[in-house]
Amino acid sequence: MSQLRIELERICEWIEPGSRVLDLGCGDGSLLEWLQTNKNITGYGVEIDPTNVLSCLKKNVNIIQADLDAGLTDFEDGSFDYVIMTQALQALQFPHQTLTEMVRVGRKSIVTFPNFGLWKHRVYLSMKGRMPVSKALPAQWYDTQNIHLCTVKDFEQFCEEHSLEISKRDIVDYSHRSGSLMKLWPNLFGEVALYQLNGKEK
Amino acid sequence: MSSKIPEHSVGLVSPQTLHFDEALALTSGKVIEQYDIVYETYGTLNAEADNAILICHALSADHHAAGYHNEEDSKPGWWEICIGPGKPIDTERFFVVSPSNLGHCSGSTGPRSINPKTGKAYGPDFPIITVSDWVNYQEKLADKLGVDQWAAVAGGSLGGMQAMQWAIQFPDKIRHAIVIASAPKLSAQNIAFNAVARQAIMSDANFHEGRYYDYDVVPGSGLKVARMLGHITYLSDDAMGDKFGRELKNDQLNYDYGVEFEVESYLRYQGESFVNRFDANTYLLMTKALDYFDPAEKEQGDLAAVFNKVSAKFFLASFTTDWRFSPKRSKEIVRALTDAGRQVSYLEFESNHGHDAFLVKNDDYINAFSAYMSNIEVSE
Repeated sequence: MSQLRIELERICEWIEPGSRVLDLGCGDGSLLEWLQTNKNITGYGVEIDPTNVLSCLKKNVNIIQADLDAGLTDFEDGSFDYVIMTQALQALQFPHQTLTEMVRVGRKSIVTFPNFGLWKHRVYLSMKGRMPVSKALPAQWYDTQNIHLCTVKDFEQFCEEHSLEISKRDIVDYSHRSGSLMKLWPNLFGEVALYQLNGKEK
Repeated sequence: MSSKIPEHSVGLVSPQTLHFDEALALTSGKVIEQYDIVYETYGTLNAEADNAILICHALSADHHAAGYHNEEDSKPGWWEICIGPGKPIDTERFFVVSPSNLGHCSGSTGPRSINPKTGKAYGPDFPIITVSDWVNYQEKLADKLGVDQWAAVAGGSLGGMQAMQWAIQFPDKIRHAIVIASAPKLSAQNIAFNAVARQAIMSDANFHEGRYYDYDVVPGSGLKVARMLGHITYLSDDAMGDKFGRELKNDQLNYDYGVEFEVESYLRYQGESFVNRFDANTYLLMTKALDYFDPAEKEQGDLAAVFNKVSAKFFLASFTTDWRFSPKRSKEIVRALTDAGRQVSYLEFESNHGHDAFLVKNDDYINAFSAYMSNIEVSE
C-alpha cells in the first residue's frame, strides 16, 4: 500500500474483496490497480485527462475516457457494488447530479472531498479577506479546478435534503489520521471527509 | 534493405496465397465450394503460437497492411503507422496475419475470379458474404497457419466489426478485440450512403447486370461516383475546409460546369485512382456486408446479451470528428460490454481527420494503442 496515495488507504478498507467497482475521476488508476491486485476486484475507471488515461492503460486498468459532467447514463442501475469518487466532487460542473447518478449506479458509493469548513480556511478568509490558498488547495481563485467546494455540514445537509443515506463517515487530516478534535468538531477540524452512501436503486 | 524504406517498417513484404478446397457454408444459405485467400504476414509465430494477431481490413483496403512491395514502392501498406517494429502492433513481439477478405478483388476469390463451373467470371453469381462469413474463413485460415487462438484481432471501421464478430463467434479463440472507429451496426444514414453508392454503380451503362467482365468493360463512372461519395463521408468538414477551403484550380470562375474548385478536382482524382485498383462488384458486396452487420439481431437488439458469452478483452477507440462512425456509436458498444460485465477500455481521441483518423498518425492514439498492446501477454 506504500505506493498508494495515503488517503485511499481507508477507502480500500471499506471495499469487500471480489467486488465490482467503478472509479470516477480515477486519475492514474492507482486505486483500481491496487484493488485489482489485492482485493481481486473487477471494474472500470472513468477519466477525461489523456495523460491519466494513458497511465491507466499502462497499469492494465480498464479505462473509459469520458466526462463525468456528461452523466453516467452509460451505466445501468445498481450495476456496481461500489462507485468511488475521490477528490473530484469539488471539480465537477454539476456535483449534485453526479451524486444522484452515483447512488443510482452503485449499491454503495464512496465520496471524498476536502472540507472547506476547516478552521484554517475560515481564519485565512476572515483575517486576510482573501480566498484560502493552502497545501491542499494550492490554486488561486481564478485558475482553480475546485469550483464547487463544500463543507462537512453542506454535504450532510445535501444528503438529507436529497434522501441520500450515509452509511459510513470518516473525518481525518491530510495524513489520514483521526483525532479527538476532529471527532468532536468535524466541520472545524476535519481536513478530508470520507463518506459511504447507500445506493438508491429504482 | 533499401535506404528508401524507412526505419520501423517491416520492410519488403510479399503476399502469399492459400487454397481452401473445403466448402464454406455462408449466412445466405449458399455455399462456396473452393476459394483462394491472399494474405501477408509480418513478424514470426513463436513456439507456443500464442503471439498471432489478425488484421481485418475495411471497405477499400486489402491484405497489404504494412511494409513495401518493392524498393520503388511509393506507398506502404494501409496501417503502416500501427504495424511494425516498435509500433503498437509490434512485429518484434507479434506475428501479424493480414488477409484480403473473401469477395475481394486483390487475389482472394471474389466476383472477378473465374467460376470453375462456368469458366467465366462469377460477377453477380458470386454470393453475398457477411461479416460472420469472413470470420468463418478467417478461422480456417488460422487453423492452416497453426494458430489456435489469436492474441488479438484488430481492425478499424468494417475491420473493427470483424474483430467484434470474432469475439462473439469464437469466444475461445481470441484474447483481445481491437475495435477502432467502428459501430455495432449501421444507422439508416450509413445504409443510405451505401445505397446511393450501389445505385451509382448499378446504373452505369457498362454495368451489364454485374457481368461487365464478359464485355471487357468496367462501370468506371459509377464506381468513381460511389468512391467520391464514400470519400466525403471519411473526411470531416474541418479537414476538407483546411485542405481545400474554396480554393480554385485556376484563378478565376469560368461560369461553366467544368472542374473549378480544388475539392472537386481532388474527389475526381480519388475516384479515378480507385477505379484503377478496385472492382465494382466487390464494392457492392462489401457495402452489403456493412449493411447486414448487426450481431445484436439474434438477441432482439440486446447487444449486452450477445456479449455475455464473450471472453475477449476489448480495446475501443473513436475520433472526435468522425461522423461516419461517431464516438457515440463506439459508446453503444462500450455500454453493452459494461452491462455484460466484460473487460473494456475506451478512448476518444481529438482529431481533425474524420473517419480516416484511424489511418493517420497521432501521438495520443499511437501511444495509447501501444500501451494497451504491450500488456497483451505472449510467450517469449
